[in-house]
Amino acid sequence: MEFFLQLVLNGIVTGSIYSLVALGFVVIYKSTGVLNFAQGEFMMLGAYVCLALTVEYHLPFPAAFALTMGFMAVLGVLTERLVLRPMIGEPVISLIMVTLGLSAILKGVVQAIWGTDLRPFPTIFPTEPVQLGPLPVSQGYLYSTASVALLLLVFTLFFKFTRSGIAMRATAFSQQVALSMGISVQRIFALAWSIAAVVSAIGGVLLAGVRGGLDAALAFFGLKVIPVVILGGLDSIGGAIVGGLVMGVLENLAGGYLDPLVGGGAKEVAPFIVLVGILTIKPYGLFGKVKIERV
Amino acid sequence: MRCGDFRESYSEDMAIFDSRLPRVLLGLLLALLAALPAFATTYWLDVLNRIFIAIIAATGLNIVTGFTGLISLGTAAFLAVGGYTTAALAGKAGLPFFVVVPLSGAVAALVGLVFGIPSLRLKGLYLAVATLAAHYVVEFTVTHWDSMTGGVNGISVPAARAGGLALGDDRHIYYLILVLLVGLLFFAKNLFRTKVGKAFVAIRDHDISAEVMGVNVFRYKLLAFAVSSFYIGVAGSLLAYQARIISPENFPITVAIDYLGMVIIGGLGSILGSIYGAIFITLLPELLRLGNDALAAHWPAAMGLFSQFKSIVFGLVVVLFLMFEPDGMAARWHHVKNYWKLYPFSY
Repeated sequence: MEFFLQLVLNGIVTGSIYSLVALGFVVIYKSTGVLNFAQGEFMMLGAYVCLALTVEYHLPFPAAFALTMGFMAVLGVLTERLVLRPMIGEPVISLIMVTLGLSAILKGVVQAIWGTDLRPFPTIFPTEPVQLGPLPVSQGYLYSTASVALLLLVFTLFFKFTRSGIAMRATAFSQQVALSMGISVQRIFALAWSIAAVVSAIGGVLLAGVRGGLDAALAFFGLKVIPVVILGGLDSIGGAIVGGLVMGVLENLAGGYLDPLVGGGAKEVAPFIVLVGILTIKPYGLFGKVKIERV
Repeated sequence: MRCGDFRESYSEDMAIFDSRLPRVLLGLLLALLAALPAFATTYWLDVLNRIFIAIIAATGLNIVTGFTGLISLGTAAFLAVGGYTTAALAGKAGLPFFVVVPLSGAVAALVGLVFGIPSLRLKGLYLAVATLAAHYVVEFTVTHWDSMTGGVNGISVPAARAGGLALGDDRHIYYLILVLLVGLLFFAKNLFRTKVGKAFVAIRDHDISAEVMGVNVFRYKLLAFAVSSFYIGVAGSLLAYQARIISPENFPITVAIDYLGMVIIGGLGSILGSIYGAIFITLLPELLRLGNDALAAHWPAAMGLFSQFKSIVFGLVVVLFLMFEPDGMAARWHHVKNYWKLYPFSY
């Protein structure tokens, strides 16, 4: 039982970070209709920039973190402006490929600057374990999950109540109607990309902090979040949160119980198998909007 | 349009070659390719072999993605299926080359059929992610089925053998691959002049309209997956014969992305495009390596940056092509050809 609870808890910790990065995917998809395969590279880049600012330029962590967020927001806007804007109206395959190309560029640039070795990441949160019921839990995990929960709450409120948030939802509903209501769709696209870049960078920093180290493997996390967004439905923010937690718990349980039987690797493949199963029953994910097509 | 190019019957309109010149040029090209091994160094022979294999796989991917409109991220997985089937059939069962290659293709086609089933209900991005799932399932199987695949250490493949002859060295393999390449390209080019090929294209253009017109969409989608995976499986088999040892490291997800890049850069829905794209993306790292070596002579730090360099250039090429020539190199070639046909009176 304790083993089970431990796995579930670990799952919630990773799952919450999944949810955060999935939020980035959903925000972009909802407003622009692009699935951003470069999200993992955004995470990696954010974490490396933060690391460089703290370690090489000796900035205190909060300042470095704020600067990183600013940098990522600008990068998000630039990406939208330079790479995605010319692609408006192109078929899905071109949109997929352009983000895959972008991810290759970002990966190459990051590795050219910072190399491929594993680098120690400064601990953001205290790591001494605390007793949570029957389980000892690292404080870092708790803080990480709590900050993710806070961020998700902030974003939910942002979409619900602020002017920009409502404009974003309107754009997602119908770009034409949004335009006729005087919303600048171009500004919304830029906003969506910068939000996505910022949340993935936060995810990257948290993940590197929890793991205590940073290397290029972090980028693969982006690929692991893809089943999460698809599970929840590409255009549902609630789906991203639920999907993240479900997938996090699921992969940890698979890792814990199946790995001894099959000799490792179940953690990577189990989410995908479950995903295909769910997709055959619900082709637009659990909470995704069903698209009705007409000839 | 060329002057005096009158098409008076349906068969004339459908002809692949509209005049004698392309036939002659194609014949010359084949003769040149047949004569090449006499001059090429081992290194360039190896590069040529890899280009030919890439052309076969890219054509396969183009059939499903470019012609049928189903985005597949499973290319690396199907290559792996073909490669490991070859390792099993040639290594463990000792079958000859001309039996192993089609069988490897057939096994890959079967696997492709299974992973094509989600296309019954999924489309676009959701289908792309389902094929991504196929990739991870195959990768997992290959890494963990130690008795069959040798796990992470990989497995060696015996030299190609046909009718008691050992055909192991690069030159022999070159001719075997060339023959298969020509045959498969001939088949693919003609496939799209038949009912089946036209059904594929109809599904790509609009699947619901295709269904209304009486195309059995599910059947043809599965068929597209099967044909495509057959091509990719054959390519995987040849890859195994050529490399002589395969391991999961040969088939990472980046390989699938490279192939998508080939198809995009070459031209979606064009056999010629698959050829150009495969040549371009296979040659790119070789040329970069030459450039990098030259650069490293003056700036030693460049030596260690090669793979990053490669990644950046690949990404840039893909992004720039998508922006400035979304129809790929095949379309550009077409424009250039038309320009010279009417030169100097082009408008």
